[in-house]
Amino acid sequence: MSTTMNEATMADNTYGGVQVRSSQAIGAPRIAISELDFFYGEHKALKQIDLALPDKQVTGMIGPSGCGKSTLLRVLNRMYDLYPGQRATGKVMMDGENIIDPGIDLNSLRARIGMVFQKPTPFPMSIYDNIAFGVKLHEKLSKAAMEERVEWSLTRAALWGEVKDRLKTPAMGMSGGQQQRLCIARTIAVRPEVILLDEPTSALDPISTLKIEELIDELKADFTIAIVTHNMQQAARCADQVAFFYLGEMVEVGPAEQIFTAPKEKRTQEYVTGRFG
Amino acid sequence: MSATMTASGGVPGAAKNISASEALGRRRHRLNTIVRTLCVIATGLGLLFLASILFTLIYRGIGGLSLVVLTTSTLPPGSHGGLLNAIVGSVIQTFLGTLIGTPIGLMVGTYLSEYAQHSKLGDAIRFVSDVLLSAPSILIGLFIFALLVAPFGGFTGIAGCAALAVIVIPIVVRTTEDMLGLIPVALREAAVALGAPKWKAIVQVCYPAARQGIVTGILLAVARVAGETAPLLFTSLGNLNWSLSLGKPMASLPVTIYQYAGSAFEDWVQLAWVGALLITFGVLAINIAARFVLRGGK
Repeated sequence: MSTTMNEATMADNTYGGVQVRSSQAIGAPRIAISELDFFYGEHKALKQIDLALPDKQVTGMIGPSGCGKSTLLRVLNRMYDLYPGQRATGKVMMDGENIIDPGIDLNSLRARIGMVFQKPTPFPMSIYDNIAFGVKLHEKLSKAAMEERVEWSLTRAALWGEVKDRLKTPAMGMSGGQQQRLCIARTIAVRPEVILLDEPTSALDPISTLKIEELIDELKADFTIAIVTHNMQQAARCADQVAFFYLGEMVEVGPAEQIFTAPKEKRTQEYVTGRFG
Repeated sequence: MSATMTASGGVPGAAKNISASEALGRRRHRLNTIVRTLCVIATGLGLLFLASILFTLIYRGIGGLSLVVLTTSTLPPGSHGGLLNAIVGSVIQTFLGTLIGTPIGLMVGTYLSEYAQHSKLGDAIRFVSDVLLSAPSILIGLFIFALLVAPFGGFTGIAGCAALAVIVIPIVVRTTEDMLGLIPVALREAAVALGAPKWKAIVQVCYPAARQGIVTGILLAVARVAGETAPLLFTSLGNLNWSLSLGKPMASLPVTIYQYAGSAFEDWVQLAWVGALLITFGVLAINIAARFVLRGGK
């Protein structure tokens, strides 16, 4: 948070009392989405999406409920494959591969693109095993190496200090905020390149929310992050780039500063000023 | 703010609304009292029958309970026989029946819940399993008789186990499917999002999350088959002598109770009461122990 304050030098660079992250240049894309359509059966939920997720920066996705922003996240790690009748067409390029290509290995894709959900979802096992579960899927580590990985990921998720003495206790016994940070630790333990956050703080209290937002700020040093949020102050605080979605279309994308203080599209302006949504 | 609102127009007929809502409140209160009384009466009736059964069992059975009953096999009337062969036979057949039926039931239930939610085949299997769940158990006995007894020319313990397994399967199928169905979608998605193949998500995340319910289902099945008589009449038949061979007829508590309870010999009738008492409290003990273990393990 403090970095946000320091970076914000312009007096009018605020949104709803929040300092909007001053735009550094939007970097080279890690994932490039083009001409993406998505269907729930017959219903077209995403229409011709073109969006680049800049490397090691945070992209915020905002828009009213049902606008397709969560759907887009679920395309990026192919979550929709779990459900028959859902399909995507177009291009989602990462490392020269099209992610939505049917031939792609889903399990290794999901190891590269991790996801954290709206509600904390600790597995019914110990804190340690929650972290080790994902790692064991992709790597064979010695006990010492696994312990090191668990400590590393919990430290990165700002949880180590709170749980280091009870790693073997059930994860269900933690508070909601701790559970969500555990889910983040579990995701980064697999060492993905991209992290998708689907409204990660909507079930949390303000203090836990603040902790997660600080965490996002730190994590972007190593990971490319996409966050869906209904809280526009949150997008203003966390995101470098913001994309506004409406009725399955991406209306506008730009540096956070531009979207919140000088949007080009009328619909964006109406939404960020609270006139509809 | 509310003051301004009342002054600048307010709610028309506010006073009338208050008395109407008071009347409504009184009516709800009365209805609540009536429904609650009915519930208490219904619960009391249910408990009364249960208590009456337990009391009769203890009253008639406890007198005959002795070490001899637990250490001697069934003997001709008047020779101070016991129930050892029946108890051991029941334990063996219940245990093996559960052992055979549980994995099959688990796998079918998992298939229905995880792989066949919207498939025609899944619907057909679910329907058949539900029919089997409510099928008269004597039919299952006859089925196994035709399959395993008649062709091989004799009643066997293993046929009894098979009949009990057929009863176990649909119970475990239903509870497994129901319990897996209660697992939040988010939990499965979280496992899959880490790169877990579907089967690993099921085995390592869904099963532990549904463990308590699934184990309860298996115990329900154990309790059910431990008391089954009809399917054993046509399969393991019963055996008045001590025998541990699965290839020969095998005694069991329910069949012994069935044979003894209607007999003209007073000591046999007494043994039937003791047998009924043993089954009832055996099942009760399994349930309590399992609950205890489940809670302790958590």
